[in-house]
Amino acid sequence: MMMTNLLALVESLPSKTVQASGWFLETAWLIPALPALSFFIILFFGKRMKYKGAEIGITALAIAFILAICCAGQWISQVNNAGHGHDQEQHQDDDHGEEHQDSHEALNSENIEIASSENITIYAAEEKEGHESVAIDAVIQRFTWWESGGRTFQVGIMVDGLTVMMLFVVTAISLLVHIYSTDYVSGDRRYTHYFAFLSLFSASMLFFVLSENILQTIVGWELVGVCSFALIGHWWEEKPNSDAALKAFLTNRVGDMGLLVGMIILFWSAGSWSIVDINVAAINNEIGQSTLLIASLCLTAAVMSKSGQFILHTWLPDAMAGPTPVSALIHAATMVVAGIYMVARLYGVFFEGYDIAGSSFNVLALVGSVTLVGAGLLAFVQDDIKKVLAYSTVSQLGYMVMALGVGAWTAAVFHLFTHAFFKAGLFLGAGSVSHSVHSFDMKKSMGGMRKFMPTTYKTFLICTIALMGIPPLAGFWSKDEILVGTGGWGLFGGTGGNGTYVFALVMGIIGAALTCAYMTRVIYLTFFGEFRGDMHGHGDPQESGKRITVPLIILSVMAVAAGFLNLPVGFLTGNTTGWQERFGHYVEPVAPYFPGISHGTPSWSLAIFSTFVALSGVALAAHYFFVKVKAQSPAATELTNGLTSKNKLAKAGHTVLKQKYYLDHLYTDIIANGTKGPVADAAYWSNQKGIDELVNQVGKQATRSATFVYEKIDQNLVDGVVNLSGKASEGLGETTRTIIQRGKVHQYAAIMFAATTILAGLFIVFV
Amino acid sequence: MSVAQYLLLSSVLFCIGIYGVLSRKNGVMVLMSIELILNAVNINLVAFSALTDNIAGEVFALFVIAIAAAEVGVGLAIVLLIFRNKQSVDLSEIDQMKG
Amino acid sequence: MIAQNVFFSILALLMIVSALKVVTTKNIVHAALWLVLVLAGVAGQFLLLGAEFIGVTQILVYIGAVIVLLLFGVMLTKASIGDEENINMPNRVIPAVIATLMFAVMSYSIIDSFRGEKLPTETVTNAAIVSDSIFADFIIPFEAVSVLLLAALIGAVVIARKETA
Repeated sequence: MMMTNLLALVESLPSKTVQASGWFLETAWLIPALPALSFFIILFFGKRMKYKGAEIGITALAIAFILAICCAGQWISQVNNAGHGHDQEQHQDDDHGEEHQDSHEALNSENIEIASSENITIYAAEEKEGHESVAIDAVIQRFTWWESGGRTFQVGIMVDGLTVMMLFVVTAISLLVHIYSTDYVSGDRRYTHYFAFLSLFSASMLFFVLSENILQTIVGWELVGVCSFALIGHWWEEKPNSDAALKAFLTNRVGDMGLLVGMIILFWSAGSWSIVDINVAAINNEIGQSTLLIASLCLTAAVMSKSGQFILHTWLPDAMAGPTPVSALIHAATMVVAGIYMVARLYGVFFEGYDIAGSSFNVLALVGSVTLVGAGLLAFVQDDIKKVLAYSTVSQLGYMVMALGVGAWTAAVFHLFTHAFFKAGLFLGAGSVSHSVHSFDMKKSMGGMRKFMPTTYKTFLICTIALMGIPPLAGFWSKDEILVGTGGWGLFGGTGGNGTYVFALVMGIIGAALTCAYMTRVIYLTFFGEFRGDMHGHGDPQESGKRITVPLIILSVMAVAAGFLNLPVGFLTGNTTGWQERFGHYVEPVAPYFPGISHGTPSWSLAIFSTFVALSGVALAAHYFFVKVKAQSPAATELTNGLTSKNKLAKAGHTVLKQKYYLDHLYTDIIANGTKGPVADAAYWSNQKGIDELVNQVGKQATRSATFVYEKIDQNLVDGVVNLSGKASEGLGETTRTIIQRGKVHQYAAIMFAATTILAGLFIVFV
Repeated sequence: MSVAQYLLLSSVLFCIGIYGVLSRKNGVMVLMSIELILNAVNINLVAFSALTDNIAGEVFALFVIAIAAAEVGVGLAIVLLIFRNKQSVDLSEIDQMKG
Repeated sequence: MIAQNVFFSILALLMIVSALKVVTTKNIVHAALWLVLVLAGVAGQFLLLGAEFIGVTQILVYIGAVIVLLLFGVMLTKASIGDEENINMPNRVIPAVIATLMFAVMSYSIIDSFRGEKLPTETVTNAAIVSDSIFADFIIPFEAVSVLLLAALIGAVVIARKETA
């Protein structure tokens, strides 16, 4: 008991902090700068260039990709050096016994004491587990651009394992999408403009990923939203496209309110904009738990809108109105994971705020679980291949959010990594198919494409298997790690999870089954059966060109290989510790700004069970399609006398799914129209009758009082006084004239004598 | 003999003269009242001259007599002129100087 | 001393009664005559005070010339024989008040200032003393008065002459 506690304590407390450094890491700001530069160059000069601006974009992204790889390499070597340095010290200590324990300066003197009492045992235990508790601080470069009121506003970069991983993913997929686009959108009405925005998006996403403080995060978040809007509405001449773009932007705006409020709360409670400071403050309990909870809830709203969680996911399927490469880049691999990335970055806040450790329910896990099952169900009733993939993306994002909610940080980030590759591969494959049949409707235009487009078929199939989570492809490893991270239950219980999230586990397994089923449906409808489309006399559909197929091949290779980057501990026996958990080792931060999370122990039983569930899902769907529907007719897409025509409940459920749970109806008709109609009318009425009436009354009263003042006071009183004084002097003069100056001599004499008498009297009295 | 009695006498005459000036309508009567006043003043002057043994008082009184005579002459000339124009010397009718 | 007081009292009484008569009688000619009495009384007072020259001059000038002049004026303004109707102002209260007030003020100041001041006895100023003073100290006022008399004479003549066509 004591040992476990000590282990846990020592696991979480770094015994040493190393500052990472390196030329590539410190100049990582070049990576977003290059696409930004290419954006401006394409905008101004693109039309005149030979390839209409595409070459600039590809060059910029290629250089950025190379820089990202160098950054990754440098970071890996930094981690290795830090670990080896510690190892060497450990070995020395073991050799020289306890006299040299003083040379281990640690952050926490408490640590030394613990270590001194159980020195050799603990270090040996660490070696067994493969955890080297050396903290590596992220590379942070800052530049103060504004100072006012005692607060400094800085812009800078923060590079650690997570950043490096994201840089790699974004630049790689962006580069592949650029190359793909040169074929896909060739001859488009706004070819140059498209590439300009692709570059701008890449720059924005890279800027977002490199943010050092939450202000930059907000800026990057909004920028990627703007680019998404611009690219979804690329063919805005058709109204549905511009509607979809607006829907995307406005739905994101709803969540952005949560982002702003949450970030402001964090700033005021932590006293700093810096992500590191906020995390450290949250982890060390300098911020109250209720404050963190409120901030986490607000930020969760932002995640719900940007990463397409239930109920704010409605924009993502409609966003498929944009070009397919855009969907692959933005709405599968990079932008929608912005929410996941933000949670992963500020994980200290979420971990403490939601009290993830040691509980069995929290909002993040709930949202993720509901999303993954809800979207999975919706994917069954779509005819448009891109829409199926969109719902699949929503479902997989639900997996990631759920993983973050249960405390499986590395699992979520690893799933992000693998999902980016195979989802991008699926989208680009769908684009390749539609490029040749000029339509996305599976039921109407596709079928039997296996014969016509073999490369596309093979890559699509590989990516599908990866998505389904069937070993040994990438999806299996990442999905399984998520399930492990939920803490397990009963037979599938491991040890060391952050809590016991049974609901999450159950939903995760259901979701896996659903994924397999609907993807099997897609495979059948697209690639098997008979071709149902109409080629308008252009012959059979052709395989796409090299520029489309080569990215597809690369992505499918990644879909296979990426999984092996994060093999769970204990999977391979023998002296293969070097291979285990490489991804987690390099990406998961061990630093003061990352909370001490526990890692679940993988269990064989869970892995086998989840594979079984996946395969059974495939089998069910395959039986439905490949056997029954095919038996009906090679060109059929569904059973004509299937379940929904026989069973009323099934039919009702089908209708609910077709209507997308009536959420769009709720948003458009009830909320928006309700506000436009009754609420607006009420506001107008209150304005006219209330406020305007008040103002008018004030005006009337003012006029009346002014008139009163004028008439009664000014005319009568003031003028009266003035006139009175005039009249008084006139009267006095008149009186004087009529009384005193009447020309009567005697009167004059009398007055003179009287006055003299009085004067004489006065003289006598006073003088 | 105290000087006060002369002075009192003089003041009595003076006040009677004032009464006469103010209450007589006839121009000639007014002139007579003015003579009373002047004589009262003369008594005063001479009394003081006797008191202070300064002859200037008597000299002053002499001049007063001369001036009074001249004044009566001119005054009567004016009254005559008024009588010639208005056929009466009622001073209360002479109010052309009214404002 | 006592004789002077007695004579003074008699003269004073005479003068006051006459003066009152002057201002109250309705007969103009009678008023003039009463004025003669007053003037005579004044001359008597002068003599009592030892101012011989002034007393005699008073009789000569005032009674001899001024009264005659006044009587001529009475005649020329056609004063009616007997009582004159239009001789008194209608309102005689105010003049009475003013006169009384004036007398009160003056008598108060006189009594307050000159109570018990005695006149020196046996001071007689004859013509020689007066003329000495006039022609030595007051020569210029004397000449001025003579000019003034000339001017008054000429003025009176000018004012009162009949307009000749």
